[in-house]
Amino acid sequence: MENLLEIHGLHAGIAEREILKGIDLAVRPGQVHAIMGPNGAGKSTLGAVLAGRPDYTVTAGSVRYRGKDLLAMAPEERSWEGLFLSFQYPIEIPGVSLTNFMKAALSARRKHAGLPELSPAEFLRLLREKMAFVQMKSDFASRSVNVGFSGGEKKRNEIFQMAMLDPTLSILDETDSGLDVDALRIVADGVNRLRRPDNAAIVITHYKRLLEYIVPDVVHILKDGRIVRTGGPELVDLIEEKGFSEIDG
Amino acid sequence: MDDMLKELTAQEYKEGFVTEVEQEFVPKGLNEDIIRTISRLKDEPQWLLDFRLDAFAKWQQMTPPTWGHLTLPPIDFQDIIYYAAPKRNADRPKEIDPALVETFDKLGIPIAEREYLAGVKDKREVAVDAVFDSVSVSTTFRKTLAEKGIIFCSFNEAVHEHPDLVRKYLASVVPVGDNFYAALNSAVFSDGSFCYVPKGVKCPMELSSYFRINASGTGQFERTLIVADEGAQLSYMEGCTAPMRDENQLHAAVVEIIVEKDADVKYSTVQNWYPGDAQGRGGILNLVTKRGLCRGAGSHLSWTQVETGSAITWKYPSTVLMGDDSSSEFYSVALTNNMQQADTGTKMIHIGRRTRSRIVSKGISAGHSQNSYRGLVRINPGASGARNYSQCDSLLIGSQCGAHTFPVILGANPTAVVEHEATTSKISEDQLFYCNQRGIPPEEAVGLIVNGYAQEVLQRLPMEFAVEARKLLQVSLEGSIG
Repeated sequence: MENLLEIHGLHAGIAEREILKGIDLAVRPGQVHAIMGPNGAGKSTLGAVLAGRPDYTVTAGSVRYRGKDLLAMAPEERSWEGLFLSFQYPIEIPGVSLTNFMKAALSARRKHAGLPELSPAEFLRLLREKMAFVQMKSDFASRSVNVGFSGGEKKRNEIFQMAMLDPTLSILDETDSGLDVDALRIVADGVNRLRRPDNAAIVITHYKRLLEYIVPDVVHILKDGRIVRTGGPELVDLIEEKGFSEIDG
Repeated sequence: MDDMLKELTAQEYKEGFVTEVEQEFVPKGLNEDIIRTISRLKDEPQWLLDFRLDAFAKWQQMTPPTWGHLTLPPIDFQDIIYYAAPKRNADRPKEIDPALVETFDKLGIPIAEREYLAGVKDKREVAVDAVFDSVSVSTTFRKTLAEKGIIFCSFNEAVHEHPDLVRKYLASVVPVGDNFYAALNSAVFSDGSFCYVPKGVKCPMELSSYFRINASGTGQFERTLIVADEGAQLSYMEGCTAPMRDENQLHAAVVEIIVEKDADVKYSTVQNWYPGDAQGRGGILNLVTKRGLCRGAGSHLSWTQVETGSAITWKYPSTVLMGDDSSSEFYSVALTNNMQQADTGTKMIHIGRRTRSRIVSKGISAGHSQNSYRGLVRINPGASGARNYSQCDSLLIGSQCGAHTFPVILGANPTAVVEHEATTSKISEDQLFYCNQRGIPPEEAVGLIVNGYAQEVLQRLPMEFAVEARKLLQVSLEGSIG
């Protein structure tokens, strides 16, 4: 099967500082990859670079996504092509209701795909369905995006948006951080139910905890900007046992 | 973000067209003869001509104010045409030129009362007074309103049909010599709207005035007078546009509002005068005086303004809170882009006891523009228990623009409570990226974020107006980021 995502020799950094020092990674449809590693290894940078965050610069390497040059696309084009990033620290947008935010996101995407706008009734039905999916209370729809949300509510909101946008490749950046067990279960359950043979996910995490709920097909260990080891789910237990410092290529 | 600031492209200003219509003008320049000519063209009574000549004499003694945080181009007051009106068909003087109907139609302003199919009414009815250059061309729903005793007509008609009311209230809130531009307006004003809602009457529909500048080399000097008698209620909306030209055009209006005991007036403006091009050529110089008098006890006046147009805006809708327990609000969004300059705000003058006022000002600056909030809250010695709350927020887009705040608080009564809050923020790269990641392109994202920022004010506007205002904020920001 053709790869959904192919990263070759990716070097990237912020300002003059190189953070990713040669990443190779291939993700096939239907797979969940976990990227684990200590703080400062470059995990979040990888997610940010793939999503096209403007303050990061790619200095070498290539990324092909669905057969296209991902790095040549603007962030919104990557989104239209089905790439989704769940933010480690979701951003607040005062005065913009979650409903209006999602309406703007969905209509831009549909416009790009040459599809007509959803009718207000269709949109609201979809909104309600997906909010129920992550057990979000309906009053969140009229609240400003992430303003006054608790840490858990913010993460749940990310998964809600993921469900709304139905991505082909989801990158979950430390989605487990700051979540209590109940919230973690709801978030993980949401992600699992979105798993399909034709989509894929990259789960970035520091801890084993989330991977007890979202079982990955492939696990990578990222240290100092390089993938030092790749294996199956058993790697997770190895890390738990030995810690990151004991593991290398 | 600075990297995203690109060469600013021409703004889309879809109202920038010119209507080809035969017009009559008075000669260029300003002197007593011109004033007499304007008065004669309008067939005015002697008292009004005297009013004008008195104002002209005062104006000649005055100098333009220089305290605004503005760089005004020199204005040659002798190089302006003070009266321009579309010619009426001599055989059918009551008929409106189809070109004018078409113009207002294009602007989305229905000046013919539309017939609705039985039971089908897609919009709320809005009565419109449409002013084209120096004259009012049509006022709709006059009959419907007259059944309730409400007078809504052009200023000129009011002078002829309701002279006692006009004489009683004209210049009672903004005295002739109040300021340089108000004096100029008092001397040369051409038309505008007059509205009177009698005692205890709740106006059944929104009233509105739409001001259109068309002719080149002219200025617009309209006069609006609104009176809400005891216990009356009305909501008034005002809109305006002008053609795109390389020259500056002057707009110096005066709006006076009188609110009697327990009456309630809501005044909303969406100001969309031509802002000039990206290099700062052309655009309207919007130098206006708007003031309301809450004369009676328990009266209430609410100002809501969305300012996106004009090369220069100099405007301070203000309220004099005279009646005990009277109250007023000022909600403002002022957006400047490219080379635009705005110095706008409000004055709340507390005279009566337990008077209350609230100011919410949201400035948005982009491009190379300068945006200032200027406000005065004055608590007079007799205003026991008065309260004011002011909130002034500034939002910056890019790093070439400026936001300034000049709040003045004068408190002369120890029992009064005055609060002031202010914030300045920038649209963050994080917010933009978050929107982009969800598929919202950069310009749309800025529009969304700005609309969110202005939401507290926008939600105060009547519904149709709010929809317009949202679109306008979006369009006005086009070209502000790359």
